Amino acid sequence: MGDRIFSFIVWTSAALVGSIFLWILGDIVLKGFSHFSLSFLLEHPEDAGRSGGIFPIIISTALILLVAIGVSVPFGLGVAIWLAEFSKQSGKAVSSTRLTLDVLAGVPSIVYGLFGNAFFSIFLGLGFSILSGGLTLACMILPVFIRTAETGLSSVNHSWRAGAAALGMNKTAAIWHILLPSAAPAIVAGLVLGIGRATAETAALIFTSGYVDRMPGSLMDSGRALAVHIYDLSMNVTGGDSAAYASALTLIAVIIAFNIMAQTMTDQWLGKRVQRA
Amino acid sequence: MILLKPSFLYRLLMNKWSIDRGASAFLAVLAGLSASLLVLVVIFLGKESWPVLSHGGWHMFLSGSGWYPLEGQFGLTPMILASLAMMAGAIILAVPFGLAGAIFVRFYAPPVLAGTYKAMMALLAGIPSVVFGLWGLTVLVPLIGQIQPPGSSLLAAILILALMILPTVALTSFAALEAIPHNILNGAQALGMTRKGQILFVAVPAARASIIGGILLAMARALGETMAVLMVAGNVVQNPDSLFTSVRALTANIALEMAYANDLHRASLFASGLFLTALVFLLSWLASYSSKDVRHG
Amino acid sequence: MNKKPQIQSYTLGELEAGEPCCIPTPHIEVSNLSVSYHGKTVLDDVSLNVYKGCITALIGPSGCGKTSFLSALNKLSELNANAAVKGSIVYEGTDLLNDTVDVMSLRRKIGMIFQQPNPFPLSIRRNLDLPLREHGIRNQKTRHEKIEKTLKDVGLWDEVKDRLDTSALSLSGGQQQRLCIARALVLEPEILLMDEPCSALDPLSSGVVEDFILRLKGHYTIVIVTHNLAQARRIANYAAFFWMKEKVGKLIEFGQCQHLFDTPKDDLTAAYISGAKG
Repeated sequence: MGDRIFSFIVWTSAALVGSIFLWILGDIVLKGFSHFSLSFLLEHPEDAGRSGGIFPIIISTALILLVAIGVSVPFGLGVAIWLAEFSKQSGKAVSSTRLTLDVLAGVPSIVYGLFGNAFFSIFLGLGFSILSGGLTLACMILPVFIRTAETGLSSVNHSWRAGAAALGMNKTAAIWHILLPSAAPAIVAGLVLGIGRATAETAALIFTSGYVDRMPGSLMDSGRALAVHIYDLSMNVTGGDSAAYASALTLIAVIIAFNIMAQTMTDQWLGKRVQRA
Repeated sequence: MILLKPSFLYRLLMNKWSIDRGASAFLAVLAGLSASLLVLVVIFLGKESWPVLSHGGWHMFLSGSGWYPLEGQFGLTPMILASLAMMAGAIILAVPFGLAGAIFVRFYAPPVLAGTYKAMMALLAGIPSVVFGLWGLTVLVPLIGQIQPPGSSLLAAILILALMILPTVALTSFAALEAIPHNILNGAQALGMTRKGQILFVAVPAARASIIGGILLAMARALGETMAVLMVAGNVVQNPDSLFTSVRALTANIALEMAYANDLHRASLFASGLFLTALVFLLSWLASYSSKDVRHG
Repeated sequence: MNKKPQIQSYTLGELEAGEPCCIPTPHIEVSNLSVSYHGKTVLDDVSLNVYKGCITALIGPSGCGKTSFLSALNKLSELNANAAVKGSIVYEGTDLLNDTVDVMSLRRKIGMIFQQPNPFPLSIRRNLDLPLREHGIRNQKTRHEKIEKTLKDVGLWDEVKDRLDTSALSLSGGQQQRLCIARALVLEPEILLMDEPCSALDPLSSGVVEDFILRLKGHYTIVIVTHNLAQARRIANYAAFFWMKEKVGKLIEFGQCQHLFDTPKDDLTAAYISGAKG
């Protein structure tokens, strides 16, 4: 098999894969766009979602995400800081914590759904609620976020730590003023990764935040996330396909928006306060 | 004078170094809590599965009696086989094409095309599984149905899964190929090797450990995938005899029946979740094992 | 450099200031200092005095424990959990190796400058502002005055006064090092520890920094590690020669710089200085 043939195979495979993906993306955009409109975003669902809009669903999704991020970010940052700065690197506490987190990161999402149902919904009595769903998602995001945040902190230039110590600054001040801002781009990148995973999540939410597509009144109300709505429309509602595509388009647009936002945020941050040497 | 410890109260209030000790203790507690999440998960999964495990034990799941939960029959074999078949099929498709994509971006594509291709892969890696399922249900399944009804089948699941894990394989393989030290490739070029030779016999073997790690991770993802296979595979509990059979994956089973399962039925779903997790762990452990051998290549 | 600005800060106090000179009263008395990492001794049984207002140069080949010695003086060796320091270091009547020493005020009095310039990834102003705030100087006006004064002392003021809020990392190597010196000086220390401050700089910047260190003589006590024998000869009052014996760093000879270079007592010293060894 000559060099030319190999070249041909590589180019063809890449082209094949590329065209299939363009086909998928194209389908989503075209089919979604036909059902899409501004009122789609702002109205309530009617006729089991075949017509009307997805406004309460957007609100529910936002609330679930807020709970998930609100819990996992402070918690996760704290643990990452402990791992990178305060713990004894050779100690057993550190290695077992890291191992546990790596194991948690590999658990399938449906299993998190089972756990969330058993622990948050039933044991803690939260029932089918946005709170329950958000907390379950927080458990999912946490392990990966901690590891990426920790990596970001450890890769900060060590000479700054020595310099801060030589000036009589304690570790907490050095972390707050110098190390965290410097590691911020990496931490934000890890967060966006986690948010992306959370937004796309369906299996973990079906049994924790539920199916209700009305506007939620509080965090204890059940709420339907956008991904769950797409599932319901395509599997349980005949004729719901076009609404499903429109919702899918919205979901993908949100995910892309997050990524762009994170990219510009880190670029701005880098330019303003902190600069790479 | 300034070096002697200040008076006790002053020290308590003003000593900035005790802030460090306090912070360290507080954060250590947080770390302990996060680690105990695993313990919590295991405990609750175990607690919920216990009724069925104590009732019949694991062998009941592997008996050939079939899945009739309302009659106390919890044979998981057809579903385990279906999950494994889906994973195997998806990997067989995703690895060559994913690797080819990585090789394309690393060695063949002009810069603009390479960047676009990578961006497209990254975009696809972020698309939710329900959206893949939606497309599969509305486009792929009818297509397959024209060849052989009903269309919702093992083949559909394999194709959709392959599309979902392909970006993962491609992106990790690309990172692995990028990480090869330049002097290795320069050496191959200096020996007058053809491009195909350099790639197949030098670059890929050099990056082998990380590529395999990426593949194992993709396998774990395929096994754990729920929504997409739920939407396209047909969900009939039967052995995957042919590509066109409607089958039900282990994950899909949990998602479908949790809503109305009680007592032993519910416990068996939890137990199947534990089993699934164990399988995924095995794959992840193999993945980390293989990437530890990076230096031995 | 056309004009050499006068140093405005005399941290040793009015009485002890005056003609830049060297007052032979010990500022730090080191006795039988030993440093080991992971149980392996890198420095053994070092005793010397650091004299007030003088520049003490630590010379000798790499790996003889000079940096370890320096880090012990401001207790920076504590950053490494595996470090063990024994002996005694007496400063202002207290043994620094005592656990009850308040490290924060110690490091305000004893500043350190590193081999690689390490300004924080913040603006020039913040680099100097941050240590001041951490040491409790709340008044913003006071901080700004100190910053301006110190930047004038190191000769950076004219070069940076219009861009105080730009990143410190945009400065050249020599400027960064002078900024690091300013950062240490802004806390008004008495002693400056310098670990090969010029070795990572190009010759021109190196000269500028060296000139500046020379003008600090008499106003601050300085301990400087240097590989550059000519530099040591140029600027130091006292010199301490370190060498490896049986894989452990030891102090071979210590004395007034002129004497050590011109009439060394130990053969090893003579050999090193003449370039025959090391």
